[in-house]
Amino acid sequence: MHPTDFTLAGAVAALEEGVISAEELTRAHVEAVEALNPRLNALITVTADQAMEAARASDARRKRGEAGPLEGIPLAIKDLFCTEGVQTTAGSKILEGFIPPYESTVTSQLKRDGAVFLGKANLDEFAMGSSNLTSAYGGVLNPWSRRNDPDARLVPGGSSGGSAAAVAARMALGATGTDTGGSIRQPAAFCGIAGIKPTYGRCSRFGIVAYASSLDQAGPFGRTVEDCAILLRSMAGFDPKDSTSADRPVPDFAAACGRSVKGLRIGVPREYHMDGMPAEIEKLWRQGLDWLREAGAEIVDISLPHARYALPTYYIVAPAEASSNLARYDGVRFGKRVAEPNSDLRDLYERTRAAGFGAEVRRRIMIGTYVLSAGYYDAYYLKAQKVRALIARDFREAWSKVDAILAPATPSAAFAEGENSDDPVQMYLNDVFTVTANLAGLPGLSVPAGLDPQGLPLGLQVLGRPFDEETVFAVGAALERAADFRALPGMRAGA
Amino acid sequence: MSYTIDGETGPWELVIGLEVHAQVVSNAKLFSGAATEFGAEPNSQVSFIDAGFPGMLPVINRECVAQAVRTGLGLNAQVNLWSRFDRKNYFYADLPQGYQISQFAHPIIGTGQVEIALQDGSTKVIGITRLHLEQDAGKSIHDQHPSKSFIDLNRSGVALMEIVSEPDMRSPEEAGAYLTKLRQILRYLGTCDGNMEEGSMRADVNVSVRKAGEEFRTRCEVKNVNSIRFVMQAVEAEARRQIEVWESGGEVTQETRLFDTGRGITRSMRSKEDAHDYRYFPDPDLPPLVIEQSWVDALKAALPELPDARRARYVHDFGVTPYDAHVLTLEKETAAYYEAVAKGRDAKQAANWVMGDLFAAINRTKTSIVEPPVSAADLGALLDLMADNTLSGKLAKEVFEAMVETGRAPGLIVEERGLRQVTDTGAIEAVIDGVLAANADKVAEYRSGKDKLFGFFVGQTMRAMQGKGNPALVNELLKTKLS
Amino acid sequence: MSLDTATVRRVAALARIRLEEEEVARVQGELNGILGWIEQLQAVNTDGIEPMSGGTPEGIAAMPLRDDVVTDGGQAAKILANAPDSEGEYFSVPKVVE
Repeated sequence: MHPTDFTLAGAVAALEEGVISAEELTRAHVEAVEALNPRLNALITVTADQAMEAARASDARRKRGEAGPLEGIPLAIKDLFCTEGVQTTAGSKILEGFIPPYESTVTSQLKRDGAVFLGKANLDEFAMGSSNLTSAYGGVLNPWSRRNDPDARLVPGGSSGGSAAAVAARMALGATGTDTGGSIRQPAAFCGIAGIKPTYGRCSRFGIVAYASSLDQAGPFGRTVEDCAILLRSMAGFDPKDSTSADRPVPDFAAACGRSVKGLRIGVPREYHMDGMPAEIEKLWRQGLDWLREAGAEIVDISLPHARYALPTYYIVAPAEASSNLARYDGVRFGKRVAEPNSDLRDLYERTRAAGFGAEVRRRIMIGTYVLSAGYYDAYYLKAQKVRALIARDFREAWSKVDAILAPATPSAAFAEGENSDDPVQMYLNDVFTVTANLAGLPGLSVPAGLDPQGLPLGLQVLGRPFDEETVFAVGAALERAADFRALPGMRAGA
Repeated sequence: MSYTIDGETGPWELVIGLEVHAQVVSNAKLFSGAATEFGAEPNSQVSFIDAGFPGMLPVINRECVAQAVRTGLGLNAQVNLWSRFDRKNYFYADLPQGYQISQFAHPIIGTGQVEIALQDGSTKVIGITRLHLEQDAGKSIHDQHPSKSFIDLNRSGVALMEIVSEPDMRSPEEAGAYLTKLRQILRYLGTCDGNMEEGSMRADVNVSVRKAGEEFRTRCEVKNVNSIRFVMQAVEAEARRQIEVWESGGEVTQETRLFDTGRGITRSMRSKEDAHDYRYFPDPDLPPLVIEQSWVDALKAALPELPDARRARYVHDFGVTPYDAHVLTLEKETAAYYEAVAKGRDAKQAANWVMGDLFAAINRTKTSIVEPPVSAADLGALLDLMADNTLSGKLAKEVFEAMVETGRAPGLIVEERGLRQVTDTGAIEAVIDGVLAANADKVAEYRSGKDKLFGFFVGQTMRAMQGKGNPALVNELLKTKLS
Repeated sequence: MSLDTATVRRVAALARIRLEEEEVARVQGELNGILGWIEQLQAVNTDGIEPMSGGTPEGIAAMPLRDDVVTDGGQAAKILANAPDSEGEYFSVPKVVE
């Protein structure tokens, strides 16, 4: 077996048993990166030397009996996490060359537990996008291809497209992502892997470049639900440096993957049956419900009456917060500066931000600026905050009837570059099933569950109560077992 | 008898409100662990949070919250157990995040009041609208390079309290008295050092004018005035300017102005290219600030005595005049000095010495009550020497001057210089006998009814004793001998 | 509500994003497309609903308070290391005339 074919859990076991060393495991992944990244463009920055050095240090720790739970596991890190001494771009030109003098809490916890970082994964600029095409460092190619149109360049989804593609193509055993409106779950579904956005507050946001602070949440990608569970345990936990971090114990999520779903009540939100939803999505959803019923769960119809307003709500709240969060990119203390010899400070700001931000980021900053501006705040921002409260209330009412909710992850399989791109709103509709979880702060897991007629992966999404990732993992693992998803992308290490 | 300024059209009333920015006394900044000390090397007290680096998040400093609560209590104000932070968005070189974290919609402190004392002996209550916590900005330095401004972020993120008054003041004197009183309260509480030269306290002064009985007219804001004297000057200058505008048929437009201290006038700040639109919204990085009533109660119980209470106590317990009590409590350091001297002694006498000889000595030696020329313990000892008749009042003055000069304790000076007053009746009688014998003619005159000569005999006796005779004893014995 | 070109320019100015004259019409179209789509929120009855600000699901979390201890700073070199322009221990920008 090729070392890149391990699951993360399998690699942890193999390292423990001495079947393979961290150095061998990392070298295999570094070679996979070198072979595949030129085509996939999944990583913006490759840190091969540091990875090999870290792997050797990991082997030494293991020899000393100091192995952590992720000892020697090679990962890709979304280039939104600040990594000390390693360029962090957020997919934007405005941060080109920015070397953080500090480490994000999530990545420092992964390092603490022994993980090895292969490099910084590509993403939509400032995590704003559903295709990875807004990255200033070029799009990422989805390692999957259409059966009858193999040359179409499919997107990996976004914003964590590089992370998803890297894990799907076996360049990394797992990866970190962030999810503001679906940025983990949608690319996981597009790339045929698992990915979870935990409850808001579960993972510290300290050191993660902010997009929309009240929605951003870090989470892992893995090729199995269990792999995600293992990674999340290391990533999660209270952080006194993030005032929105939840001071709660971190359970053994991997153990929850083995729990039975017997007797669990699974909700089916009737509003998610949308006009014009592709038949294969509807079919997969029904299939998922059948699997859970067969595993002993009870299927319950529920209503989330305000869910249909989630997307427009999101496209007020997120740009508003972004317009403020991105004000710090002004060419004064870090990052790019663009100025003419006679520029005054204002001109410097305006040129720097016009040249440093891509079109989608500029668009969202302007929308956000507008909805917060005098005279429009109540009609847009305050209204959206109230609708958000209603969306959250819908879920609270649902939790009195069900233990988890099953829904599709995305309204379609991966699309090709150029499709969906004329109209920003059309692109925004990709997040229709995912964005509610961000608005309500809930955990959501995307599990690969089937293929569309073109042979592209499709995902199902499990939503859970706040801080009840364990039930979400249990349901996700049950779906995974039933689906027995074995399809592989055409482009992958060892293929 | 209210204050007015006479224009060509008659008298105008002034309407004044103050927004005071007071730097909170704390070790670390409001949302970061960087230090707050004044005068450090540029950018040496800056965390990545204060510099607005990517991914940095604010976490509030409990002590800054406590200081705001203490201040609110000191201003007799409502403490809001639930408050929230908003972002005030604007771009400026010394505002690294591109927004200031402030409390716009839900301040931690609500309405309160402050009583001010005026020259004519009257008092007036000034309403407090609110007090909120916010971050200070960094500092731009414009004069060190021909084409560049330099940015120092040491101040960035330091906690400020913005204290907003009601438009209750009607004269420059009232504005000055309010700021004086506010500064006094903050300094008593230890929540702001009140050092206006270092910028620990700055005032934005809102001024409008009106004819008697009118509603408010348009106001202008004079920004960043940094001394009490300048506040009083700025109020008057701005009011005079507005009166001129109105009287020449113009209209005062609401704007932000600066006080030119050199010329004593206000001038419009370079008009902004676009109107400010701060786009306030709740800071999503910070959940609501929720505090417990029990914590507020504990802070209240531990509050130091405030100036009003202390002044009342001085009048009531020490029997000093209200004016003396006012002077003695103006600075908490003075009050502490005074109390150390007065404790267990004649409190009125202590007040006279502190306000008289000590203040004069401080002025003369250019020292301060914090580092006084004579310690409170030494001054107390001097008073004790008077109480036990070791020193007469006159001798005590002499000893005090020697204490200022040498810094030595009064007891030592008395011993070294032999200044101890003579209370031995036998010794005094011997001197008196000599004086009477040498002035037999005057004794005869006195006994024949020339009472005024008594002073002459006192003077002669004291001179013969080099001023050390106990005046009461000298008087008493002379009377006996002459009768 | 639909944005006119003056508002588009004002918003870009507020956001400090230089907008070239030839971009105005395109940006105006895009923003109006998005705002038109967002407009559907006005149909939701939100009478008496408390706005949800912040992402915490229960909406009741209070901010943690840290101790008043100096734990940071003393790192001017690191603070300045990424600056596009600095002089000595200062960041520098084109001269600001006040």
